[in-house]
Amino acid sequence: MNTFLNTLRSQDALNRRVFLGGAAGGLGYAALASLMQPQVARAATAPAPAAAKFPNFPPKAKRIIYLFQSGAPSQMDLFDPKPEMEKRRGEDLPESIRQGQRLTTMTSGQKSFPIAPSMFKFQQHGESGMWFSELVPNIARHADRWCMIRSMVTEQINHDPAITFFQTGHQLAGRPSIGSWLGYGLGSDNADLPAYIVLTSFGSGRKDDQPLYERLWGAGFLPTQHQGVRFRNTGDPVLYLADPAGVDRQMRRDTLDRIAKLNATRSSAVGDPEIAARTSQYEMAFRMQESVPEIINFKDEPKHVLDSYGPDVHRPGSYAFNCLLARRLSERGVRFVQCFHMGWDHHGGLPNAIKGQVQDTDQATAALLDDLQARGMLDDTLIVWGGEFGRTIYSQGTLTETNYGRDHHPRCFTMLMAGAGVKPGLTWGATDDYSYNIITPEQKVHVHDLNATILHLMGIDHLRLTFPYQGRDFRLTDVHGEVVKGILS
Amino acid sequence: MEHTACCRLALACLLAISLAGRAAPADSELDFNRDVRPILSDRCFACHGPDHEDRQAGLRLDDRAAAIAALDSGLTAVVPGDPAKSEIIARITSTDPEIVMPPPRINKPITPAEAEILKRWVAEGAEYRGHWAFERVERPAMPDVKDVAWQKTPIDRFVLAKLEPEGLKPNPEADRVTLARRLALDLTGLPPVPADVDAFLADPSPDAYEKYVDRLLASPHYGERMAIEWLDAARYADSSGYQTDSSRQNWPWRDWLIKAYNENLPFDRFTVEQLAGDMLEHPTRDQIVATGFNRNHRLNGEGGIIAEEWRVETVIDRVETTGQTWMALSVGCARCHDHKYDPLSQKEFYALFSIFNNVPETGTNQGTAHRGGGNVDPVHLLPSSEQERELARLEKVVADAEASVKEEIANSDSLVAGWEESIRPALAAPQEAWQPFEPLELRSTGGATFRRSEDGTWLVEGQQSPRDTYEFEALIPAGNLGGLRLEVLPDPSLAGGGGFGRAGNGNIVVSKIEAEIEPPGDAKAIPVDLKRAEADYEQNGWPAASVLKGEKGKGWAIDGQSPDKREPRHLAVFPDKPVAVPENSRVVIRIRQEAFDGHSIGRFRLAVSPNEPSMLGVAGVTLPEPVKAGLGVEHEKRSPAQKAAISKFYRENVDGPIRRAEVARAAAKQSQESFKGSLTSAMVMQEGAAREAFVLNRGEYDKRGEKVVAGLPAFLPQLPEGTKVDRLSLAKWIISRDNPLTSRVWVNRMWERFFGTGIVKTSENLGSQAEYPSHPELLDWLAADFMESGWDMKKFVKLLVTSAVYRQSATVTPEKLAKDPANRLLARAPRIRLPGEAVRDAALSASGLLVPTVGGPSVRPWMPDGVWDETSKYGDLRGYKPDTGAGRYRRTMYTVWKRTAGPPTMLLFDAPNRETCTVKRSRTNTPLQALALLNETTFVETAHGLASRMLGEGGATPPERIAHGFRLAIGRQPTADELATLVEGYEADLAKFSADPAAAEKYATVGLVKKPEAVAAPEFAAYSMAANVIINLDEFVMRE
Repeated sequence: MNTFLNTLRSQDALNRRVFLGGAAGGLGYAALASLMQPQVARAATAPAPAAAKFPNFPPKAKRIIYLFQSGAPSQMDLFDPKPEMEKRRGEDLPESIRQGQRLTTMTSGQKSFPIAPSMFKFQQHGESGMWFSELVPNIARHADRWCMIRSMVTEQINHDPAITFFQTGHQLAGRPSIGSWLGYGLGSDNADLPAYIVLTSFGSGRKDDQPLYERLWGAGFLPTQHQGVRFRNTGDPVLYLADPAGVDRQMRRDTLDRIAKLNATRSSAVGDPEIAARTSQYEMAFRMQESVPEIINFKDEPKHVLDSYGPDVHRPGSYAFNCLLARRLSERGVRFVQCFHMGWDHHGGLPNAIKGQVQDTDQATAALLDDLQARGMLDDTLIVWGGEFGRTIYSQGTLTETNYGRDHHPRCFTMLMAGAGVKPGLTWGATDDYSYNIITPEQKVHVHDLNATILHLMGIDHLRLTFPYQGRDFRLTDVHGEVVKGILS
Repeated sequence: MEHTACCRLALACLLAISLAGRAAPADSELDFNRDVRPILSDRCFACHGPDHEDRQAGLRLDDRAAAIAALDSGLTAVVPGDPAKSEIIARITSTDPEIVMPPPRINKPITPAEAEILKRWVAEGAEYRGHWAFERVERPAMPDVKDVAWQKTPIDRFVLAKLEPEGLKPNPEADRVTLARRLALDLTGLPPVPADVDAFLADPSPDAYEKYVDRLLASPHYGERMAIEWLDAARYADSSGYQTDSSRQNWPWRDWLIKAYNENLPFDRFTVEQLAGDMLEHPTRDQIVATGFNRNHRLNGEGGIIAEEWRVETVIDRVETTGQTWMALSVGCARCHDHKYDPLSQKEFYALFSIFNNVPETGTNQGTAHRGGGNVDPVHLLPSSEQERELARLEKVVADAEASVKEEIANSDSLVAGWEESIRPALAAPQEAWQPFEPLELRSTGGATFRRSEDGTWLVEGQQSPRDTYEFEALIPAGNLGGLRLEVLPDPSLAGGGGFGRAGNGNIVVSKIEAEIEPPGDAKAIPVDLKRAEADYEQNGWPAASVLKGEKGKGWAIDGQSPDKREPRHLAVFPDKPVAVPENSRVVIRIRQEAFDGHSIGRFRLAVSPNEPSMLGVAGVTLPEPVKAGLGVEHEKRSPAQKAAISKFYRENVDGPIRRAEVARAAAKQSQESFKGSLTSAMVMQEGAAREAFVLNRGEYDKRGEKVVAGLPAFLPQLPEGTKVDRLSLAKWIISRDNPLTSRVWVNRMWERFFGTGIVKTSENLGSQAEYPSHPELLDWLAADFMESGWDMKKFVKLLVTSAVYRQSATVTPEKLAKDPANRLLARAPRIRLPGEAVRDAALSASGLLVPTVGGPSVRPWMPDGVWDETSKYGDLRGYKPDTGAGRYRRTMYTVWKRTAGPPTMLLFDAPNRETCTVKRSRTNTPLQALALLNETTFVETAHGLASRMLGEGGATPPERIAHGFRLAIGRQPTADELATLVEGYEADLAKFSADPAAAEKYATVGLVKKPEAVAAPEFAAYSMAANVIINLDEFVMRE
């Protein structure tokens, strides 16, 4: 019988099973366990035939800090000035602008769609003359560092599907998140830390929304070790990091030595190489127990750095704390840190609520950029700032002199990028007077395009980062996505 | 250690490469399905396959007739027998990036070896065969093998037939201790009970092994273990998912599943009942509950969603889940376009969609279930027999109430006429509905006094308090009380230069009005439940309605500061139906002003009305226009519309016999509903009115294309002519003997469970892109045997575990590792890491903590703080509190499962989040798993529990005790070396803890497992540390 092809396949199975600890999915050679020590990983790749190598080309960004603003910040109150609207205050949104587009059922029953001009003043900043509202004076300081994309577009109009779409390239659960794709493609740069770390914070603008879901940093059908590790704000920062009370470090060391010795004995009896792989994971666990508490302890940070992030930096679980933590993690080689800040869903009472949100985020975001710059890291760190969709120019609920709300708007919204590989000071794309439609179709940036661009900056051709599942080669960008060349530096 | 591992890995790779470098199979026959189809499917079908929309150059390579036909370009892709003339060969071997296929941008080049295979295939005539998994299952002949003695089951012959040509010999049988643990973990998910192992070891009979297997198959824990993978496929959870992710309680379905496995429900019935149990004739409760399989999907309730969009997602989820679970087909690929690899068109996808489209459901869980949790219709109630009696009683109460309503309605005409007469006077003089009334007494909590004017108004004088409450006590006429009215008047003597109030700017505020009726004698006061307030003037932000609630800082005000707003103002309050006033009663009315300093009323009077509240307004009797108009016409001359309006108004608003009967009916229904709501229920499938179904362009709910009817994919065998296609016939089709997929899929997944990897490795997909089976004949033999056995699951499992293949030892030599690194040929038993559930269960069991109760509502074991709260403030699944009793130590499968924040340790051990159907888990090995086993409170508790057992049952000396603990956890006795390592460790820990008893005490008190009282903390802590080492051994989490 011919076993040639089967041998080929077993071969492929060997690489997977041995090096990835027996991951059951059929994964490509590209995958290195993101939680695996680099030296083991190198040994694994060296002999692998025809391995598709990542990065595909020299990356501009060595790491990413992605500041996700969950709930959807209002573009026309922060980044996309619409001075014309003042004249049209209270007028109904013209049908020529709305063009019968879908609305959520939160406002589709409204009798009118009164235009609510932003209450906040806009001004140009820096040499680039980039526009920012008075809400974000600190973010505005970096006008010549940001690349502002005003022509973002998504397909989803409700939070859960929209944020899932951003994170996984698909609106329904089940696909891997962007960070897990990166970990699968690129592995980890640090032997003691996961490749993908997630930090979360509640906002002060709206204290109850929007919930986050494990799937947003989940591995989907990729092997589980690629799932994002969420640092917790309660108890151990990493699940079960602390030894039980009464057990000191030396005892834990002794325990691990005994486990290693007994595992080695078993290994020589049954010959399974996976036993050694397990022991090595215990060693990494031990190192994480040393490294993580050191990372979340800011006592070695100089006062001026702490102060620059604002007083919240001393409160674990705040956005400012997470920004500084993100920098510390990035410094230590964590490839992808994603901070999720909640509270941006302002259907009503927007002027007040958004003040709470910028209070949380403006200073710390700006401080992060300064801090990275000061450390020479901004050139090879990509910063991304934005939410899952935009908001409507018309008011949800009653429009008054001092109050309005805004519903979800997927057809245009703004995101900011800075750092590695993006053109500083560039404003990309434009929207109509109502910030309702994109008027620069050639500069439209779909979520898939943004994700393709992020992968590109990390040295990955989004068409080539694939994983076979259910008979199909899946990608983060599904069958879409084009790198937005115009924003690349 | 690490270094050795690396070297071994590298060595293994090098050896394997040398195997891979073998020459192409010039000497053996090509098999289309094994050798050719995988290449065509993976590299060509996406553009030259079943999807007719996207087909490039008109070329189709999944069909021979099309492949060998001349193309529009004049070229022919495949010329049988002539590779040189076949364009496909020219293209795949071209070095020109413009010409070569597949195009370089696809990143899926064809290797030279693969090109060689295609060339040879064309040269040999380019014969096609149908995709193997779509061909009917025929039982193949048994292969010939040399080693006849080794075989215990037919399986062994098929496996040997692959081993012998490779020069591989199976491993010897594992020892009984190992087998006892392997079987117990595989069949029950729990380590074996030592006594059972002893009995097995001591059993000299030839069928000792079989008897041991039978015991395990009969265990109630068998069904629990079997259920785990099915729960993943069924996306079973205790929450509804999406944004709010509130609770639901579909555990009766989970219990049905366990029972079905334990009772060995044949797989055909298992299938039919889950897909369409509700459509069987006279379905039993179990058969209806079984259909919960396709109600375990998520439900979105987010504000602003369009229900139909999410209903469509739910139906699509059912199609995908059913296709994945039973047939390992990625039917979901055909949602937006024809399938790229399998011959399933988009239209056929929506024909399947149509089958699941008729459930009477909204598509969302909006309503109380969204934030508050609960099951969403359709649900099936599961009352106990006692509850059934109560249900029957309530049913009768409702029916009786219904009957009285009917009876009263029959009298409608005379009732209406009587009422008409009674209200005529009031209608004639509407204002007279409000009758002034005089107090017996007026009191002020602030010390004010009251002076009566001639017009019956009261001027307030005397002490001024910033806030004040006036209490007005009066006799009230017997009969009905329908409303109270306060009139406030400006007065030149009052503040603000002739305002309403006693102080300040002349404005007043009433923050609350309360009233109660005091019958004579000792009878209890009757509070008047004021439900409505109306005023003839309201200041912006200070509405009349606020006097009903009396919230802090709120009330009714009248802009009394403005001189132009100074007219008498009226505020009326009403109960929602008349309050019966006994003879000689008094009423006490309190007018509170607690909102705003210095805004107490300066002049007022009160009025009362006996009229029907529904006909009362602040200005007196009032009726809706149509009713008023109708009443103005003589009875005989009224139009039917007028009559209807009057009668409707009477029924809905007038407190008469009809309305009372209706109120009684509503109350009866309410009690019935609330009782039903308290019952256990299950979410189930139902067949409602048929909905139309359409092809949805790009899969979007509102982009309807061609209309479709229920149907089955044409590439699979069809139902007999004339059969109505619905869920029931779909289910029967799935388990028909002619369906090529169902049995192959199930036996392959069972093989994967017991041997680590499926015969088809891609157990999630048996379509065109599937990996070719390692043992195709074995797969078909098993599939045929399973069907022909009557789909007997236990029999099938027993067949697998009694095979010689299964019973081998897991020891691997470098030679075997090199020749067959992934163990696809099975010259050894695989070592498989236990699923997360089994890891925790094994620890609980070894430690003696396990509470083995089967089934029931989900439980809350220990979890770290904040798991549910750090990322959500929505829904009712928040503020997780671990159980402190039995729920803490139940089997892991009963852990409450919130989809957006699943049980954290299980997620670390590769459990899916249960948001969508998952038929295969990964098996990874990470440092986070190590941290869980070392430090998670449950695992510390299990170490404590195991230590207690060592101390209590293990003997007198540390070696005896530790050996006992080792055996409880690992199943075998430790070797002398192993024991020495553990005992030395124990002694070292004991020395440390003895030197630092406070540390020992701290460690001993982690969690809720108490140390035995007689044992000192250092000793207990040291044993527990030894137990912790044992639970963290590779061997503990593996089944060998």
